[in-house]
Amino acid sequence: MEANKTHMAMLRESQIMKIHYITAIGALFVVAVHILMRVAIMPYGMSLEYENVIANYQSIPYIVLLESILVLVSIHGFNGMRVILLELRQSKRWEDGVTVLTIAAMIALIAYGTRTIIIANGLGVE
Amino acid sequence: MTEQIIEKIETMEKKHENEKRQREKEYLKSSVSIKIYRANKAAGESPHYDRVEVPVQRWTTVLDALLYAKAYKDPSIGIRYSCRMASCGSCGMKINGIPRLACYTKVSELQGSEITVEPLANFPHIRDLVTDFSQFFAHHRNVEPYIQNEHADIGENNNLTEFMQTPEDVDKYLQFSYCIKCGLCYSACPTVATDTKFPGPQALSQAYRYFIDNRDTGAKKRLELVDDRHGIWRCHFAGSCSSVCPKGVDPALGIQLMRGHLLGYAKNEKKMAELKERLKKDN
Amino acid sequence: MERETADRNNREGMKGWLNPGRYGWERVSYWLQRLTGVGLLAYFIAHIYETSNITGGPALWEAFLELTQSSLGHIILILVIGMCVFHSANGIRLIFAHGGKGLGKPGRPDYPYDAVSLNYRQKSGIWIALILTLVAMLYGASVLFGGE
Repeated sequence: MEANKTHMAMLRESQIMKIHYITAIGALFVVAVHILMRVAIMPYGMSLEYENVIANYQSIPYIVLLESILVLVSIHGFNGMRVILLELRQSKRWEDGVTVLTIAAMIALIAYGTRTIIIANGLGVE
Repeated sequence: MTEQIIEKIETMEKKHENEKRQREKEYLKSSVSIKIYRANKAAGESPHYDRVEVPVQRWTTVLDALLYAKAYKDPSIGIRYSCRMASCGSCGMKINGIPRLACYTKVSELQGSEITVEPLANFPHIRDLVTDFSQFFAHHRNVEPYIQNEHADIGENNNLTEFMQTPEDVDKYLQFSYCIKCGLCYSACPTVATDTKFPGPQALSQAYRYFIDNRDTGAKKRLELVDDRHGIWRCHFAGSCSSVCPKGVDPALGIQLMRGHLLGYAKNEKKMAELKERLKKDN
Repeated sequence: MERETADRNNREGMKGWLNPGRYGWERVSYWLQRLTGVGLLAYFIAHIYETSNITGGPALWEAFLELTQSSLGHIILILVIGMCVFHSANGIRLIFAHGGKGLGKPGRPDYPYDAVSLNYRQKSGIWIALILTLVAMLYGASVLFGGE
């Protein structure tokens, strides 16, 4: 197994997996709150109306909640995908490619989601 | 403990009594059809199945049936076996889709009138039911499966007699030492099915066997060996290894316990033991 | 041994991931955990895209709502609820199991050599996850189709 450490390793696999487990528990809480907010405060259908959604984006705690979901679920999900893809093929090119692509996809999704939050927050102010 | 096991066996036997009687009646004077995977790529023989009719009795094992087929029907069947008593691990093969030892599987305990026998999956194929174990043994060697102790050199230490080990110390690793390297767990593992670098349940559980042995002082090194992208973290506790193991090794348990040490669930146990040893030496 | 050229000969490949029933409940739960994980990631990406339409104004938002608040949209969402609950509940079981908790202690195996780690605590955990999944899906269906 020592021969395998030719790949780019910024983090040990044990550190990555600890992050995987911690983000799992964190994501569970924040997603649960997010779902509760859609069904517990007002009827589900009503909570999806444009005005109500925009109003949500004005609340700082809600924005923090959404950003947490974005970060935690992206890290957990894309790391999971990395694990599945690493198990499928084992050439150095494939492994490095999978690592780079999953990290890039994760950053891209977080960036895109954050963009939505910032713009929606701005829309409410208008 | 023994009474509990006897009780358990009696309950199981009562449960299956009717089924057993039925099957015994069927198998007293009957035969079974065995579908044997045949292939010899080196000789240009493409994969196909041969069906052989073999007489069976209540006690006939799949290995007995295969050896009968080899002796009286087709002597060219390639099969690996040795002890015939689930001790050597040579006769591992897929029987009705599940990795089992042929000598340890009675024909009467299998469902259906036809038995399908194939070589173990996830091992390079040689011929018919015979597979290549070199990769498997290489994974095992890579985890350094031997006691590592810098104080073990008798030449250096004249006072050395033995390493003390209590029955509790032995219980921590004993079941993992029962491994006969049959390869059934390696064949059943879903990660091994796709990941060529994954050492497999056998090697990882042997890493734990030596890690937790109190005579071994290479704990840190062993943890580093398995803490790899294709190491212990690619086990997902599918449990198939433990479900097929014929010796009760329970490799899944060993792997999760080792992972517990990496995650910090059980870090203190070994450190406490090391501290106690150090205090004893100082005193 | 050269890892990069390790022999793939006779490995089951992804086919090995199919037919999880032959090895018992733990293998089924591994298979479902993987399936739900991939499904949830796909839904997550779609959801981030879908919710980004709020920035396009009310007209675009309503148009997308018509797409997602249809019967098919509701069915997909119920499946997502199920996947989410199973993946979470089973995941919690796995977080403990991966550290060796709830798996029993090593000992001296005896006939019939049952694996201590494949105990009823683990099987119950899987069954509870499946039951919670069913309950959550039924509740989700009542909210989405019942118009609560």
